[in-house]
Amino acid sequence: MAGLLAEYEAIVGPDVIDQLRQLARILDGMNVVHVNSTKEGGGVAEILHRLIPLKKELGINAKWEVITGNKEFYQCTKLMHNALQGNRADISEEMLRNYEETVKENYEGLQRHLEDADIVIIHDPQPAALIASCPVRKGKWIWRCHIDVSHPYRQVWKYLRYFVSQYDASIWSLSEFAQPLPHPLYLIAPSIDPLSKKNIDVSSDDLEKVCMKYGLDPARPIITQVSRFDRFKDPVGVIHSYRLAKEFHPIQLVLAGGGASDDPEGEEVLAQVRFAADGDPDIHVLMLPSDDHLTINALQRVSDIVLQKSTREGFGLTVTEAMWKGKPVIGGDTGGIRLQVINHHTGFLVNTPEGAALRIRYLLKRREKLQKMGEKAHRFVLENFLITRHLREYLTLMVAVMFKRQDRIETQ
Amino acid sequence: MTEAFSLKDCALIAISTGQQAQTLRELLDRIQTTNKSCIYYHFWGGLLRPRFDDPEFQNDFAIWARHSIHDKALAERLALINPTDYKDLEDLRSEVVDVIEERLEESETLSYVMASSRFYFVRSQIVVFDTGRRFYDPKELAGLIPHMSVGSIFYHFIDARRRTPSGNDDFTEWLNGIDDSCMPLKEQISIIDPYFTTLVELRQELACVFARHFDLRGS
Repeated sequence: MAGLLAEYEAIVGPDVIDQLRQLARILDGMNVVHVNSTKEGGGVAEILHRLIPLKKELGINAKWEVITGNKEFYQCTKLMHNALQGNRADISEEMLRNYEETVKENYEGLQRHLEDADIVIIHDPQPAALIASCPVRKGKWIWRCHIDVSHPYRQVWKYLRYFVSQYDASIWSLSEFAQPLPHPLYLIAPSIDPLSKKNIDVSSDDLEKVCMKYGLDPARPIITQVSRFDRFKDPVGVIHSYRLAKEFHPIQLVLAGGGASDDPEGEEVLAQVRFAADGDPDIHVLMLPSDDHLTINALQRVSDIVLQKSTREGFGLTVTEAMWKGKPVIGGDTGGIRLQVINHHTGFLVNTPEGAALRIRYLLKRREKLQKMGEKAHRFVLENFLITRHLREYLTLMVAVMFKRQDRIETQ
Repeated sequence: MTEAFSLKDCALIAISTGQQAQTLRELLDRIQTTNKSCIYYHFWGGLLRPRFDDPEFQNDFAIWARHSIHDKALAERLALINPTDYKDLEDLRSEVVDVIEERLEESETLSYVMASSRFYFVRSQIVVFDTGRRFYDPKELAGLIPHMSVGSIFYHFIDARRRTPSGNDDFTEWLNGIDDSCMPLKEQISIIDPYFTTLVELRQELACVFARHFDLRGS
């Protein structure tokens, strides 16, 4: 029976899939557990939704567990998230005790899986403290950091570092983010899944329906930013850029975001965005359910240009998604956006709303350039940022952690 | 009997060393003391990691000199260093050091220029695995090259140069053990420049050289 891997083979080629099979043979039957804090919403959950079945198909016994908590727990982890990205966020002792107790309670439910695993991969700060509850560990524990920790608020990082330093290794999206720790700091860029609802081809009929549903005029340029309503994504700055470019082109702006169950701040930012939009009928602020992937996909496809004007960004999977759809991206000159947006080739890096407005005007004026940049962007993602590359690096890392510090690992 | 060509594959995983540089002087100091696997990674790692297919410069030191120190002269000189010209990584390191020192002597202000973004030293672990495939006849190998993974190309054509005593690629090493009929093929392989290219392009070049030699195009 043709499985998932066969579907990817049609996109990336048989040599890539064959290599994955060869590499996975070394790990055959290994028990691997991933733990994060949300099943839906956000890039981490999206990646895990596909990585787990792929690992299983390759013969690895992969599981995905999700920790849960009360409102205070998520408020605390959101503050941690913001603090790691550089915001001065003081977290009370009481919140930290609640955080630790919640993680400990979760550990009790997960204990058997975690103790038996050959490799445990813990994603982001929310479940990071799990390791402290598991003093006797059979397997290797790896902490996967998906966020930009290049300039963390020190108090909070110091608190988390106590837990993170107990791991056997950590994974960071970029070397700029990696913090000194007493274990190997692996670098793995995230990826997108070309077969997910967010990225598969969409018929022109369905694209039209989405335009109709949200009142978009396909005859006029559409500029879109897809991201959570989060201050670091600078949605208010995007509205400013739109207003500056609107003086020259009859553009429409779509700000589409999904909520994530571990983000209590979204509502507040959304209110600020609506206030800044000030009833402009060409600004479409869409709060979409986190599983409405086909709509997000269609919105990216009907757009002429995609923006990701973040001031801090872990990697920026929405950038990757837009590029996969052949769209040039105007992105904030920060974090993982720099790895994807190659200035003047796959899009433009900008530092201000004015810079974004300038590039919008340039691309709408130079349509042939817009087209070429979009084609280059698609090819760049095909070769570098699809889930098959991500999976290969995870498999390589899993072999590597078994051999720890050797530079060269020859397997049989 | 001819020894078999064992087809292997490899995958590279990058590891941050935590070392970084914000000025050219700091970069020079770190290069002199860093693990030589960092030198390897910053010259060759680009072939196996996400990067744009046609970068302006091939090694990370040159890219940083151009885009973060904004010194075109240094970038050009660093970019011209061809890692295949040096017998080992220590020699290559020494050449990089010489080029940077020379430039610092030419321009005093360069010692004080703060880079617009830091240079992060990265090393790598390479996992090598045996595909289990063996070849006894070069013609048979010729048919397989277009279907090899880029990891196999990296292992046999790039990585081999630091493994084999002669500094050759694995194809040439293997053909050395076969009769003289493969001499023209070896010559053709030797003129492939592995530096200014991608692994996909290298695979194509190798496939073309083998196909031409065995006249496989029409078959």
